Amino acid sequence: MASIWEYANPRKFMATSEALLPWTVGLAAATLGVGLVWGFFFTPDDFRQGSTVKIIYLHVPSAVMAINVWIMMLIASLIWLVRRHHVSALAAKAAAGIGAVYTMIALLTGAIWGQQMWGTWWEWDPRLTAFLVLFLFYLGYMAMWQAVENPDAAADLTTVLCLVGSVFAVISRYALDFWNQGLHQDRFQLLDGESDVSPVFAVPLLICIAGFALVFVALVLYRTRTEIRARRLRALLTQERLA
Amino acid sequence: MKAVLARDLTLAFRAGGGFGLALAFFLIVVILVPFGVGPETDTLRLIAPGILWLGALLACLLSLDRIFQLDWEDGSLELLATSALPLETLALAKALAHWLTTGLPLVVAAPAFGLLLNLDPAAYPWLVAALLAGTPGLSAIGTFGAALTVGIRRGGLLLSLLVLPLYVPTLLFGAMVASRAAEGLDPLPPLALLAGLTLGAVAAMPFAAAGALRIALR
Repeated sequence: MASIWEYANPRKFMATSEALLPWTVGLAAATLGVGLVWGFFFTPDDFRQGSTVKIIYLHVPSAVMAINVWIMMLIASLIWLVRRHHVSALAAKAAAGIGAVYTMIALLTGAIWGQQMWGTWWEWDPRLTAFLVLFLFYLGYMAMWQAVENPDAAADLTTVLCLVGSVFAVISRYALDFWNQGLHQDRFQLLDGESDVSPVFAVPLLICIAGFALVFVALVLYRTRTEIRARRLRALLTQERLA
Repeated sequence: MKAVLARDLTLAFRAGGGFGLALAFFLIVVILVPFGVGPETDTLRLIAPGILWLGALLACLLSLDRIFQLDWEDGSLELLATSALPLETLALAKALAHWLTTGLPLVVAAPAFGLLLNLDPAAYPWLVAALLAGTPGLSAIGTFGAALTVGIRRGGLLLSLLVLPLYVPTLLFGAMVASRAAEGLDPLPPLALLAGLTLGAVAAMPFAAAGALRIALR
């Protein structure tokens, strides 16, 4: 019987991901291309924000993904913790860098947008600050992977860090709400019947979110493959040295 | 557990144990701040709660890598791990020893340092209460960080990178207690949240620390 755990076998994973990768890359490029071109050139300007509103097509998808990447890392770490599948641990490692970059894109585009709308590059708003803290968590997680030499110990220690970090990231997010009033608008509904965003903007935005997600999938597959190859290379070199 | 606690305390009080070092560091931070921001008493009064909390946090951080590092280097950590004492209890004892040698002196000294920074008189009891409620949490979280980096050479910098983001909620509520008291607002809600954070950290962190220690000792 086919089971999802088959892909925990590195060989099986390499074969499947090799077949999937070109499709994922192509689909990601197409989705992101359509979404961004539609968003940038074929949507009207907002009546208050002018053309600045178009930064939403980069800002919202990267912010959504920055949080979801951490959740994916948490799930992959849990799978490693429970079932000891190396591919899972390596996928979590591969995802961290992408998550950090998404967080940075969200922060930078947010700063540019804030400069136009609020007249400031940075404001100690709970949401903004929470993202900065999330960025620090990504940095710590990646530094932990770098610091430990034994790959199994590194996977275990980063898993513990990811679990504890997740709890503290959530606590920090809600603690910050007590701390300062926000400038950032509240979350809005996209998929509900009563969407807060006009469909003119919402449809290309959803396509962009899908595009960012697909880019993430493609990059994770690619980087996990790199990690597996690096691991294999290390094993071969050790073998050679011992022979 | 008592034996571990007594041993750690003795080691800390003996020469070279580093007792008082955190306190001296706290004092230096407090003295340096007016040089940085200027001696205007109004400005200092405004930022005093935050500076005192930040100083306490940094002083706490400074001594974290001593918790397990020395025991790891001379092998006594392995002996402790093979003893009948569960690692969770060991982590709790270590955290308690760290708090008694670092956190408690900071709590006692904080009012005197508050004087230097022209802290609002109304804030003194609340500052002490907040530090008393918050610093055990700092020690518990820090013990986890120390356990995570125990096997890593030159882990000190990594330790601060890992632990400082975890300190965000504690610092936030802790500074809020004193500054709300100084502004004449009710400081009880952040104090309750701070105490909740600390209790949660003290209850849960020894387990995470013990998990990390098991990996390091494998």
